[in-house]
Amino acid sequence: MKHRRLLVLAGVVGVVALVASLSVVAAGSAKPTASHQATAVAAPKVPNAAAIKKKYGGQKITFVGDSVGNGHVRDAALAKRFTKDTGIKVSVVPHPAASDAAYSQLARAFSQKSSSIDVAMIDVVWPGAFAPYLVNLKPKLGAQSKIHAAGIVASDTVNGKLVAMPWFGDFGLLYYRTDLLKKYGYKSPPTTWNQLFTMAKKIQDGEQKSNPNFAGFVFQGNSYEGLTCNALEWIASAGGGHYIDNGKATINNAKARTVLDAIRNQIGKTTPRGVTTYQEDQTEHAFDDGNAAFARNWPYQYGIGAGAGSKVKGKFSVAPLPHGAGGHSVATVGGWQLAVSKYSKHQGAAIEFVRYMTSKAVERFDAITNANVPTIPSLAKDKTVVATNPYLKPATANVARVARPSKFLKTHYNEASKAIYQGINQILNGTPASSVLPGVQSKLNQILKEH
Amino acid sequence: MSSVAQPAPSRRRRRRHTKLQRRQTRIGWVLLIPSLAVVAFVAIYPLGKTVYQSFTNAEFLAGITPTKWVGLENYRTLWHDTVFRHSVVETIKFTAITVSFEFVLGLIIALVVNSHFRGRGVMRAVMLVPWAIPTVVAAKIWQWMLDDTYGVVNDLLMKAHIISHPHAWVADPATSLASVCAVDIWKTTPFVALLLLAGLQVIPNDLYEAAGVDGANALQQFWRITFPLLRPAILVTLVFRTLDALRVFDVFYVFFGQRPDTQTMAIYAQSTIVGDGHVGYGAAISVAIFLIISLFVVIYVTFMRVTEE
Amino acid sequence: MSTAAETARTTAVRPISRSRRFRRSRLGRALLKIPFWILIVAIFVYALFPFYWALRSAITPDNELFATPIVYWPSNPTWQHFHDVLTSSFFLHALLNSTIVAGSVTLLSLVIGSLAAYSLGRFRFRGRSAVMYLMLSMTIFPQIAILGALYTMISNFHLYDKLGALILTYLIFTLPFTVWVLTSFMRALPADLEEAAYVDGATPLQVFYKVLLPLIAPGLVTTGLLAFISAWNEYLFALSFIQTPSHYTVPVAITSFVGPSGAFQFPWGEVMAATVIVTLPLIIATLVLQRRILAGLTAGAVKG
Repeated sequence: MKHRRLLVLAGVVGVVALVASLSVVAAGSAKPTASHQATAVAAPKVPNAAAIKKKYGGQKITFVGDSVGNGHVRDAALAKRFTKDTGIKVSVVPHPAASDAAYSQLARAFSQKSSSIDVAMIDVVWPGAFAPYLVNLKPKLGAQSKIHAAGIVASDTVNGKLVAMPWFGDFGLLYYRTDLLKKYGYKSPPTTWNQLFTMAKKIQDGEQKSNPNFAGFVFQGNSYEGLTCNALEWIASAGGGHYIDNGKATINNAKARTVLDAIRNQIGKTTPRGVTTYQEDQTEHAFDDGNAAFARNWPYQYGIGAGAGSKVKGKFSVAPLPHGAGGHSVATVGGWQLAVSKYSKHQGAAIEFVRYMTSKAVERFDAITNANVPTIPSLAKDKTVVATNPYLKPATANVARVARPSKFLKTHYNEASKAIYQGINQILNGTPASSVLPGVQSKLNQILKEH
Repeated sequence: MSSVAQPAPSRRRRRRHTKLQRRQTRIGWVLLIPSLAVVAFVAIYPLGKTVYQSFTNAEFLAGITPTKWVGLENYRTLWHDTVFRHSVVETIKFTAITVSFEFVLGLIIALVVNSHFRGRGVMRAVMLVPWAIPTVVAAKIWQWMLDDTYGVVNDLLMKAHIISHPHAWVADPATSLASVCAVDIWKTTPFVALLLLAGLQVIPNDLYEAAGVDGANALQQFWRITFPLLRPAILVTLVFRTLDALRVFDVFYVFFGQRPDTQTMAIYAQSTIVGDGHVGYGAAISVAIFLIISLFVVIYVTFMRVTEE
Repeated sequence: MSTAAETARTTAVRPISRSRRFRRSRLGRALLKIPFWILIVAIFVYALFPFYWALRSAITPDNELFATPIVYWPSNPTWQHFHDVLTSSFFLHALLNSTIVAGSVTLLSLVIGSLAAYSLGRFRFRGRSAVMYLMLSMTIFPQIAILGALYTMISNFHLYDKLGALILTYLIFTLPFTVWVLTSFMRALPADLEEAAYVDGATPLQVFYKVLLPLIAPGLVTTGLLAFISAWNEYLFALSFIQTPSHYTVPVAITSFVGPSGAFQFPWGEVMAATVIVTLPLIIATLVLQRRILAGLTAGAVKG
């Protein structure tokens, strides 16, 4: 017994020593960055700093920003510069990584009228829900909002009030393997869904001979918000509407049914059966490990694929997503906005912070150092920005954007989106669209009526 | 369960009024003060508020619509709610499978650790591993292992020629419940094993020695000595395991998210309150969950009382 | 207890059946052990396999993590993930926070719970059962249902974003089973155990402390361990009541890791490394505790 205790103690000491030595040794090795070469750009200085300092210097605001990681590091760097120039102390709190947890955190604070949050980072579909609790930014930031993408500004304007400023913009892209297209004799990426399915089948059949895990086309098919984004692209590009148009649910129409059934028929053929559990992460893994010919994903995947150690480095590119017959290519808008809480005790200082963060200089900084998609269209012409974010080339950057119908649904957006993605997930799992869509449409109409 | 200390029979006639009984009652309640204080603060207020909310139309982000009393309307809607009914069935299926497997497995492990079997020290350490990993992380690891492309489970099964091509364990509705049960059993068997082990350790060794001398074999010893003396521990374990299984959330959330066909009662409550924002209706769901689980408790208690006689 | 002589006289001389003779023979015993050992090995594999998977993933470089065919052991193992986890300021803090929270909750549960168990198990008064079921009912409500009300209460007590909020709210689920398990242990002790001590003039608290507590030691260890692990693993309240990263507990910290390219990228390598870091000390700590307690237990638990 005496010896056993000694042995266990030795074990504990050993583990601690091992761990400590590991950290020392590993400290020397460089971290393989999956993203881009960050040119040493410093956080931009705050314009008009002296005037702001005079008016609001010494005040303290809390900014609920990006989750722990590189996003938080960027926020902290910008906040530090802002504090240095204007004397307004900014306390940066990262929001939870999971989107619904971030939503609950804000919702709870707002419903309790808490003054603990001054500036909040909100998803592109949340302005409708949070509008009653946010300050109207139009008087002070209306002019600045004009340099941002009109579509996003429109989606941030609820009942005439500009409740949030666009900060990052995301949009759907078609990633494709340039080497495989060449190998199988295709000169350019597909422009229609049927073309995509044909090309995917041919490439998959060829590649599966050497790689049984190869799939033609992967996307986000899990029962979650991402599916609402993916399906909106399918339906809108086929001329099937935007789930809700002009205040009425339109999801149950022939064009929508056709395109959904077409995608459903590919599951198990050119799309793996497990795609109904895929989120962004699994899609990215499939493509970047060389196991997919086509993938639909957000711009973030570009940096990973082009990074050191990626199996598809130099072998892929992006294109607008295909469209249905008679339709045109679209991309679902994602991304984040900055809003000021109505219960903030320092609204003026908070608005100045938002002005800084959504300025062209800062968005440029964000795009270069952290590959955040800017919401200012003129930045797509900036050479450094495009160098670090190649998906901003005109062909893809100018694709028509479609927004999810959060404006009509306001606080019920989550419930409506759930009805949509649960229904579409059911279709992908094998049920024909004609049996599912009527139910989804009536549920959406019922929710719309609750206003 | 053996009864507690009783006053001598001669005093029983005037039990309620004897000084001893009054003293017992007083001390008994005084000792309970800390627990009751905790209950009052962290349980009664929130539970009371939830019950109250179930009679209103409270919303998470009320905005301009005021919260008002709606009486039993939430409950009426709940009665016709097929999604809720389905979630109740799912939860009960899950509970039945996991509690039975965990009980058998946990009992085996407890018996092994309690015996003079050679590998018991290692078994004791091994038994703690599933438990030390946080539930959400464990669920993600299992999700990865069961994946149809990158999952090691499929890879091993194919190498052993048990299946011919990878199976989407989590995605396929036929095996989704089995996969989530496998994870929960893995994670919570240590809980059961530990409780049963504690119960085993208080059984005196002399009983076994005497039985051995009288010629009883291992199986007879188990049925005649171990099982009866272990009964209190078994019942407490089963009650708490069943309660936990009926409220299961984490594993299902990581595996299935908002997938409609695999919702448990707790997931449905969560998605109604936080996702849809219907706090009042969600409170009604919670009260319904409370009543359903209480039903199970009543069944267990009746069973305990009946078998005691 | 019968003496050896009595035993020898009273043991019936029964002919042993053939199957029994076989089972008792060397070969029989060896063969019987095979299914037993298969079962043991199966249990080991089932319990340890995910941990092996976490370990191998923790040392696999990012680009090999999802390689197909599956890599069972990386060709170039890396310590990068461990380095990243250990140098992230909030993870080490999280280990400390979780230890503080879990330790305090365990201590509180044991103290409060054992007093309650003493009352409910050794005293007779009306309302005993009601109290026990009241405790039980605390654990029956789904966590999400009481989250909103608890959040309000926590804010009112100015405990938001403080570890105290967690210590208080975790009692909701640790106290009930602590009370129930310890009560069943208390009840299982012989009925007139305290009589001798009362005769000697001991107060109830002394009886509790000197006589009863040592005898229910296995119950205390068990519920202590269970309470510790429940508090350690809890996720929902920790996510909802804590805001600053330096106050995170371990489950929230691990799930808040994001990949370098943002929230869409789940950093499997770091998460697996964090899992390994969290699991090992816990196992070692419990190993140390278990050996100590189990060794001294059987001695104390028996003679009544």
